[in-house]
Amino acid sequence: MKRLSMAAVAAAMVMTGVAQADTVKVGYMTTLSGSAGTIGKEMQNAVNLAMEHTGGKLGGMDAEVIFADDQRKPDVAKQLANRLVKSDRVDVVAGVIWSNLLMAIHKPVTRSGTLLIGSNAGPSPIAGKDCHPNFVSMSWQNDQTPEGMGKYMQDAGVKSVYLMAPNYQAGKDMMAGFKRHYKGEIVAEIYTKLGQADFQAELSTLRAARPEATFIFQPGGMGINFVKQWHQAGLDQVSKLYSVFTVDNLSLPALQEIALGVVSTQTWSPDLDNDMNRRFVADYKAKFGGYPSYYAAQAYDTMMAIDHAIAKAGSADTEAMRAVLAKGGIPTTRGALAMNSNQFPIQNIYLREAVLDADGMATTKITGTVFENHADAYAADCQF
Amino acid sequence: MTLILLLEQIFNGLQLGVTLFLIAAGLTLILGIMDFVFLAHGAQVMIGAYAAASLTALTGNFYLGILLAIPVTFASGYLLEFLLIRHLYRRSHMDQVLATFGLILFFNELIRIGFGPAALFSSLPASLSGFVTILPETPYPVFRLLVIGVGLACALGIHLLVSRTKIGAMVRAGANNEAMTAALGVNIRVLRRLVFAAGACFAGIAGMMLGPLTAVEPGMGEPLLILSLVVIIIGGIGSVRGAFIAAILIGVVDTLGRVLLPVILRSFMDQAAADGAGPALASMMVYILMSLVLVVRPSGLFPPKG
Repeated sequence: MKRLSMAAVAAAMVMTGVAQADTVKVGYMTTLSGSAGTIGKEMQNAVNLAMEHTGGKLGGMDAEVIFADDQRKPDVAKQLANRLVKSDRVDVVAGVIWSNLLMAIHKPVTRSGTLLIGSNAGPSPIAGKDCHPNFVSMSWQNDQTPEGMGKYMQDAGVKSVYLMAPNYQAGKDMMAGFKRHYKGEIVAEIYTKLGQADFQAELSTLRAARPEATFIFQPGGMGINFVKQWHQAGLDQVSKLYSVFTVDNLSLPALQEIALGVVSTQTWSPDLDNDMNRRFVADYKAKFGGYPSYYAAQAYDTMMAIDHAIAKAGSADTEAMRAVLAKGGIPTTRGALAMNSNQFPIQNIYLREAVLDADGMATTKITGTVFENHADAYAADCQF
Repeated sequence: MTLILLLEQIFNGLQLGVTLFLIAAGLTLILGIMDFVFLAHGAQVMIGAYAAASLTALTGNFYLGILLAIPVTFASGYLLEFLLIRHLYRRSHMDQVLATFGLILFFNELIRIGFGPAALFSSLPASLSGFVTILPETPYPVFRLLVIGVGLACALGIHLLVSRTKIGAMVRAGANNEAMTAALGVNIRVLRRLVFAAGACFAGIAGMMLGPLTAVEPGMGEPLLILSLVVIIIGGIGSVRGAFIAAILIGVVDTLGRVLLPVILRSFMDQAAADGAGPALASMMVYILMSLVLVVRPSGLFPPKG
């Protein structure tokens, strides 16, 4: 009797094993707690919306998404990545907001033979010499967006610019990307404290320097602080403000009219005119009451890329999915996305401005295209 | 750097200083007079900012929002003392640290549940968005001048309250000898509750002043709490006068450090190294100052007498 029940259990386990083989598992890592939890929540919303749009399936197969909260800590991210790969046995690890966290999980995930798809961060090492075939980016390489701003300001004939960014790696990368195409006078390059709340002292110095333009990278709460204080100090009359990753659909609800007219570059905007984007933005607004940010769009694109890869490959096999994605032509909210040899997107860099929509809600609008089919600067260093 | 710019930067430092003083004033009384380690004072700043921003949105009037938010912050301090803090006075400092650290997490999560994790919108009415030319060719935001004015007025108010009124005399007496003051018929428990609520209220006012300048979001008060602790250590724990002088000192040193250090370093280092070292050194300045003060005067610049 005992032996019989054991056999039944064993049979049941085999059966579930078979059943599971038809279910695609995606481990989606993002930051859901702490002050950056707003970003993670947006991405989670977008992933859930994507799954709704695909009918709960990915590439026609039953699918399951496991969310992992990395708490914005590299060590936690590494532990979670190991858990997703080894114990949850996911087919794809996706997500990750921060460059330092992506660096921490890049090796363990790609070397385990699991596909890793980035939804935001694009640090230069993994786009260049440390690249791995099992990594695919559905966002951008860090330098691409500020490069667009530098190019635009160079072409617009801006004579002098004042640079300001937080004192950490991404801040320095953004300024380096900007300077790759901007050849005018750099009046000053100021690095502020990460998480700085009051910029009044820096703004006083800036006013005295009277630069024609100011270019900033101040993501998250820092951006809200900076733009508010810029506006209150009346600096619009002194210098024209340009930014990357500062005025977006996450900070705009807190800024509203204050941010109007600030110019940024970005690979995506809610008003981008294609079928998938229209549906994504409309459904996101209806469901969550507000414009999605680029983080949400990239998370949505990531799920759509997985859907596309499995449908074309006919299975969730890492190498088969990778081969599909590497070919490009991935349907996203940015249109059909082309892929570079290092599996980072080749995409347009748009100029966008903060405006009010017909309902008086602050959002961003595309006003031009700086780069068409812009490739990153590191692909040549990447040999698989 | 011109002289005018230097004066403007000192003004900026003064503004940071009075904001710090509003937070530190309550903290120094709670720590010094009540001998209670309270780490959740930053949460009072956040409560003040959220109360002002949401009441302004509700009433549609900035001044009315502020006016209504002041009693809210007082009540929050009063209730907090009544519900939790009064049970902790006789516990060890370690217990107080743990309990009030827990309060930080509690308040941040409470705000997140109530208002969502995203930053709240808060801005200024047109009447406060203008500029005043304080120095030649130096337009200065009216609101920042108002912050300085409110800060100085509060400082004067606290000074008069503590040194000239009967309640102030009781507070000082209670600080000197609690048992004797109680024996003379002063209700020490009510007195403590009032001091605590007033401290919360002043920190709340700091939050209301910060709301239109910075992001109103969960955890916004914590960086200021650390600076306020530096202020009361330099000023002498328990001394309101010390807290005021130390707050202005910290405000000016921090501001000038941030502005001048990169310039000074660049004069003898290459730019990349100076750009890296400048901000790092500038954020250390106040702590270096604190260490120096502690070496020379271990109980702060103006330790309370008695």
